[in-house]
Amino acid sequence: MPIDLYRIDDRLIHGQVVVGWGQPLNARFLVLVDDIVASSDWEKELYRMAVPPEMDIYFADVATAIRDHPRYASDSRRGILISGDIDSMTRLVKGVKAIGSINLGGIHHRAGRSEKLRYIFLTPEEEKQLRELEAAGVEVTAQDVPSAHIVPLSDVLAGASR
Amino acid sequence: MSNIADSEQSAARGIVIGHGEFAAGLVSAVDQICGMAGKLVGLSMVGLTPEDIETKIRDELARTGAHVIFTDLPAGSATIAARRIVRDLPAIMLVSGVNLATLLDFVFNSEASPLDAARSAAARGKASLIVVERS
Repeated sequence: MPIDLYRIDDRLIHGQVVVGWGQPLNARFLVLVDDIVASSDWEKELYRMAVPPEMDIYFADVATAIRDHPRYASDSRRGILISGDIDSMTRLVKGVKAIGSINLGGIHHRAGRSEKLRYIFLTPEEEKQLRELEAAGVEVTAQDVPSAHIVPLSDVLAGASR
Repeated sequence: MSNIADSEQSAARGIVIGHGEFAAGLVSAVDQICGMAGKLVGLSMVGLTPEDIETKIRDELARTGAHVIFTDLPAGSATIAARRIVRDLPAIMLVSGVNLATLLDFVFNSEASPLDAARSAAARGKASLIVVERS
């Protein structure tokens, strides 16, 4: 069964992912793609403890996620893949041609970013990366929780739904 | 004439943080019930990065001298941030899954140390969850 959701969310594992998306999707595994987390046993344990017992979590750096993606995608259970930043997801998409859509779930304010949506702030470089993803055939939309309006990338970049 | 509630308004001993207006709502409820909201600080994490959430909690701990962090969900960003803080600061305790009964027990237990009060409060909070079904 293909992975149901490829999400960029700088909070990684949190309520919106585990409960907000995990329950309606009936997700039974998460793939957390993050080079730093994957290299630290303490970080992995931190996030593992945030996941309910009925859900498995796999940790991978981007290179490992590219290598193991066929295994995630052929899992009989439903799953969610999360990355904390646009750069990691872009590298993943370049290595995994099967990824057709990306969900922008939470990219919060920091220096150099400007507000696009309540939960999406981007630097000009990040905007460019997202445009390039879409130009490469990947649908990019923003939606923090399943009940929220799906915002196409063009509207995100225009700040249309702010 | 002194006011019992005022006399109880000493420095904050606990920080409450969770999704949406969860913390403000709980602290407001504590205040309505016993007028002891001064023992708690409610924080919102709306719109913050994980790093900002952690910084905000650390800043409030330093400002208030509080020793206990109460969060809503074990899977929440606030809990993740608080676990990082507890790793660095052994004198700080985290209680996740907080409810109103937990906070009420905590604010009334002013003679115990903050950490003992938090342990007691967590037990009270767990015990307050009951299921009533028509038999």
